[in-house]
Amino acid sequence: MSLFKNPFDAGTSLGACPCGAHRSLAEHNAEYAALQRQAELETAADEEKRLTNAVDQAVIRAILPDDMTRRRVLHAIGAGTLLAALEQAFPLATAREVFAQGKSGPLEKKDLKVGFIPITCATPIIMAHPMGFYSKHGLNVEVIKTAGWAVIRDKTLNKEYDAAHMLSPMPLAITTGTGSNPIPYTMPAVENINGQAITLSMKHKDKRDPKSWKGFKLAVPFDYSMHNYLLRYYLAEHGVDPDTDVQIRAVPPPEMVANLRADNIDGFLAPDPVNQRAVYDGVGFIHILSKEIWDGHPCCAFAASEEFVKTMPNTYQALLKAIIEATAFATKAENRKQIAEAIAPANYLNQPVTVVEQVLTGTFADGLGKVQKVPDRIDFAPFPWHSFAVWILTQMKRWGQLKGDVDYKKVAEQVFLATDAAKLMKEVGLTPPSATYAPATVMGKTFDPAKPEEYIASFKIKRV
Amino acid sequence: MRLSFRLRAAILSVALLAAFLAAWQLGTMGGGAASDIDPEYAKLMGQTAVTGKSAMPGPLDVGKVLWNHIADPFYYKGPNDQGIGTQLAYSILRVGIGFGLAVIVAVPLGFLIGLSPLFRKALDPFIQVMRPVSPLAWMPLALYTIKDSNISAVFVIFICSIWPMLVNTAFAVANVRKEWLNVARTLEVGTFRKIFRVILPAAAPTILTGMRISVSIAWLVIVAAEMLVGGTGIGYFVWNEWNNLSIANVINAILFIGVIGMLLDQLLGFLTRLVTYPE
Repeated sequence: MSLFKNPFDAGTSLGACPCGAHRSLAEHNAEYAALQRQAELETAADEEKRLTNAVDQAVIRAILPDDMTRRRVLHAIGAGTLLAALEQAFPLATAREVFAQGKSGPLEKKDLKVGFIPITCATPIIMAHPMGFYSKHGLNVEVIKTAGWAVIRDKTLNKEYDAAHMLSPMPLAITTGTGSNPIPYTMPAVENINGQAITLSMKHKDKRDPKSWKGFKLAVPFDYSMHNYLLRYYLAEHGVDPDTDVQIRAVPPPEMVANLRADNIDGFLAPDPVNQRAVYDGVGFIHILSKEIWDGHPCCAFAASEEFVKTMPNTYQALLKAIIEATAFATKAENRKQIAEAIAPANYLNQPVTVVEQVLTGTFADGLGKVQKVPDRIDFAPFPWHSFAVWILTQMKRWGQLKGDVDYKKVAEQVFLATDAAKLMKEVGLTPPSATYAPATVMGKTFDPAKPEEYIASFKIKRV
Repeated sequence: MRLSFRLRAAILSVALLAAFLAAWQLGTMGGGAASDIDPEYAKLMGQTAVTGKSAMPGPLDVGKVLWNHIADPFYYKGPNDQGIGTQLAYSILRVGIGFGLAVIVAVPLGFLIGLSPLFRKALDPFIQVMRPVSPLAWMPLALYTIKDSNISAVFVIFICSIWPMLVNTAFAVANVRKEWLNVARTLEVGTFRKIFRVILPAAAPTILTGMRISVSIAWLVIVAAEMLVGGTGIGYFVWNEWNNLSIANVINAILFIGVIGMLLDQLLGFLTRLVTYPE
């Protein structure tokens, strides 16, 4: 709770340091701890003072990083003088105001519409409604079920939706103008990691080796989806060319099981509950979970236009915080059953509760007569790693969706708003990572986000 | 004799229905439980996969769902889950607005084309090209330009119902019997009086027939349009239940769509009879 300490109180110890006025360090600490605890409690109760102190402390620490020096200066000239001197050089008042606005400023808009596709990836966005995360932040959010990715994109671009559930490559595609007009788009939070699977029709029970899949018709939810890139990656690593050896088509998730039953497709790499639903109805089996391709891959995301983020910063912060809180709640295994019951009804996913529960708890029937237990089948983690964006961009380029030179870093950092997410994650008690780039391992092959071009060049099957 | 003929037809109708329902029930009965499945695994699986029950619901299942819908047609459990009555009302409203706008545009334009050979020749190529375009093909363009999914759906209804009315009106106006126009000319009737007192009554039955065709098409199209756009309406209801693979609900929706479509057609048929004159 060191954020609540008053940095202008000369007695405040920000580090471990005895003042010399006491007989022992323990005595010194005990006395000051009692005093400080009381001051902290009082300060914490007073929101404005708390914020003021947090900002002041951050600034003073930056200027006088050494505790001894800071205290000597305070002794010599006093807190008021130092503060006045600082005001000259640094707009402390503005900094306090800006910070305070982000926390508790008036909401520009209370009634929001957020679009979603009925899949478990959208769990944080959906559950925040029945479980009250939106209303906790003073927002009256209507979550609207939408028929497909193209429609959700158009409705968000039309501003019928204030924000939406999207596939994490979509904001990148919209911003770069791939498959639509370029419109600056942002992705403040990832929703889920893992949680997808390759499901095959029951008649292919014995064809577990992708090399035998030539001529298959496979479905993915959208061209600009992790599903598309993961499936292509998986096939290519097994020497199957995803463009010439098989046919990959975009089918909206809700229509996949019906198509699999009708024998229109041989299988799909799809979000849940589609995979589990195919098993539940006895039309397919789960070949592999997507975590076997890349453990910890991002999938769906919470997205909003840059315009929304800029014109309604308070609403945006409140909304994002509600979603990050919901995500934090969803991460805990013990909450998963409760969530499954909350999001299964017709207003949300419209699926049997047991199907949703199998997906979220990771204890599921695989369609081949076995019960598997994979607790991290799906997980929820909001941090939008810039390296995720770079990986997605390399695959967009690898498969010819993105032409010409790409400034990977610039696009990644423009679209994936890691700073906002990190700040709000801290506020809800999560620990954001300190870096925004991290290498990943996809099917045993290392991806270094600093060398995207080399990464693309290292693939045998590509369309560059 | 006439009454007994109708009676016989009615008996045959009922018999056909009964035979159909019986065949349906027999065809969808389960094949009995499969015994060699691990019970823990079976608990996680659906009825279809475990007991070999057909994925197709029987008439009794459908009847049960139908009863639930009729018992509570206007419930509201959030924006994505509303009663079937509410959904049908949304669809009828959209069709009503789109169709109404189409009437306002198509009838005057049809008169113009019918009365003026110059306009007929000039507009003909446009009409011939636009008429066969599937109304749903307009959807992406509408969404992109209008930037509102509700208005886009109404626009699609408008564009699909305009053509039959336009063509029928133009045809009817152009083919008013020459004798009647000559009589009007002999009596030196003014242009507007001629249009409203001679041509309109003469053309009305054909115009109404055009409207009857239009409203049927509009009702066909709204289901597809709402499946595409989502949100509300009977088309969204079908899509949402398809999503859940709930065939019983989809069959119910088909039933409701059929009944409403029939009522709309009957309404226009009734209006047509009102304006029909004996020659």
